[in-house]
Amino acid sequence: MSAVELLSEPFMQRALAAAVFIGLAAPAVGTYLVQRRLALMGDGIGHVAVTGVALGILTGTSPTWTAVVVAVLGAVLIEVIRERGSTNGDVALALLFYGGLAGGLFVTGLAGTGAAKLHGFLFGSITTLNGTDVIVTMSLAAVVVVTCVGLAPQLFAVAQDQDFARVAGLRVRFYNVLVAVLAAVSVTVAMRSVGLLLVSALMVVPVATAQQLTRSFRTTLTSAMGLGVAASLGGLLAAALAPAGAHVQPGPTIVLLALAGFVVTWPIGAWLRRRQRLTAPFPADTGLPPYDHMDSEIHPHEHGPDCGHPAVRHGDHVDYVHDGHRHAPHGEHYDEH
Amino acid sequence: MSDPVVLRQGAVAIDGRPVLRGLDLTVRSGDFLALMGANGSGKSTLVRAITGLLPLTVGSLELFGTPIDDFDDWSRLGYVPQRAGAGSGVPASVWEIVASGRLGHRKLFRPLSKLDRMAINDALEVVGLAHRAKDGVHRLSGGQQQRVLIARALAGEPEMLLLDEPTAGVDITNQRALAATLRELGSRGSTIVLVAHELGPLAPLVSRAVVMRDGRIVQDGPPLADHGLEHGHHHDPLHEHDHGHAVRLTSPIEGGLS
Repeated sequence: MSAVELLSEPFMQRALAAAVFIGLAAPAVGTYLVQRRLALMGDGIGHVAVTGVALGILTGTSPTWTAVVVAVLGAVLIEVIRERGSTNGDVALALLFYGGLAGGLFVTGLAGTGAAKLHGFLFGSITTLNGTDVIVTMSLAAVVVVTCVGLAPQLFAVAQDQDFARVAGLRVRFYNVLVAVLAAVSVTVAMRSVGLLLVSALMVVPVATAQQLTRSFRTTLTSAMGLGVAASLGGLLAAALAPAGAHVQPGPTIVLLALAGFVVTWPIGAWLRRRQRLTAPFPADTGLPPYDHMDSEIHPHEHGPDCGHPAVRHGDHVDYVHDGHRHAPHGEHYDEH
Repeated sequence: MSDPVVLRQGAVAIDGRPVLRGLDLTVRSGDFLALMGANGSGKSTLVRAITGLLPLTVGSLELFGTPIDDFDDWSRLGYVPQRAGAGSGVPASVWEIVASGRLGHRKLFRPLSKLDRMAINDALEVVGLAHRAKDGVHRLSGGQQQRVLIARALAGEPEMLLLDEPTAGVDITNQRALAATLRELGSRGSTIVLVAHELGPLAPLVSRAVVMRDGRIVQDGPPLADHGLEHGHHHDPLHEHDHGHAVRLTSPIEGGLS
């Protein structure tokens, strides 16, 4: 089958449509989780959702909906434990995670035939979505995206500074629970593409990649969503177009692609941050008496834009950083600043 | 016009432990009030109680004439919390932080209006950080971050500004910039309540000093001339107590609060 034929297959088109929406939704919520330093919350919810899927398999109802219900309950419970802020909060969360995963596996065992089915939810099965699945996935993802983008000012403020948000009259607890619910919904949406065990990666890795290069929240949010779509579509296509015989699974491919983006971006970000630090202006008016006029020793070369030494603004002139010295051009020589 | 804050016989407990007791405090419109006292004297707790972050266990609190339970006109209050660590897990620009000060005026799902943008620009202008608007807030120095938080409160165009230790850990240059900002606000008629351990360059602005010790108000009146920079000489012996180090040894709740 040629690539064009493959891409025009209905199952593939359904998968592509779902991949776009999932790629948008997961990092949108993920940005707020990372902002709150709750990057692993998606993982926890994913574990709890396993029980939801298993209950769906056992009772013969749609695992997506049972997963949504159980994941939302789990997420709200996690939020309540977090808000209590008790010292054993992280242990309580761990108990919840393991309980969710073990419960799911146990219930699946009771169902007898469910093991293969559960496998699809644990590791993703985006190419097996039917028409209804796609519509459900797309509408849930759309709700997540619209809420995350539309309420961005409120969600941003609450995650940034709870005390300030409360005094500004925001209902902080409502927004906290809202983020938890959105996270649960996007976990259950994304489990069809990358699987419950990897779902957190799609929520967090694009954000981590984006913030290597961004300095505002808005650009972080939008570029994370862009990166999410790129990874999601790219991974799916790579899996679909892999040479016959090579068994490439979409789920792990999507996550590996997202991670590759981070690996490529991180050195650039580290370099940018280092350069920013080096070239931050020196304070001009320190109230100190001026440094004693001290000529630097005879110079092997002339400082200039291309000399390779960082040029740092210092009041009305430029200092060149030179082996721990600050050299300011002064006529024919350099002063130590 | 009703007074911005009327607190009667207020008491506050944290985790069941009574911290503030029997507080009577009326902040009048146009006051420039400094809440002073040693570490653990309860001054930050009092500010948090006034903002509603901590509930009163006893007593009554009115904001602008409305009992706090019924009060919902929060944009009349500008709160500058004690500065936490630099930002959060995701980068945020100075502009974005200050823009969140407009939330009290904005409707859900609506972009910033022209009025919002003007207020944000004005607030950045007042604290002297308009040229850093696009920079990531984590790249600013501690003192500049403090000014960003003040701009955030100003962007809401509040009638009363509550600042919790705005000078703590801020170098003298930034303290002077802060003083200039607050002088400007004071001259516009804003009511200002600030918590301070030492006033430094703010001293000349303060019209009323409320001194706390061990959860009670022990002194309320015009400020002393020698608060702040001129440490060590001409101390009125009566007011030795608000000189942090003197109380430090005797305060039974040292370190638990503030």
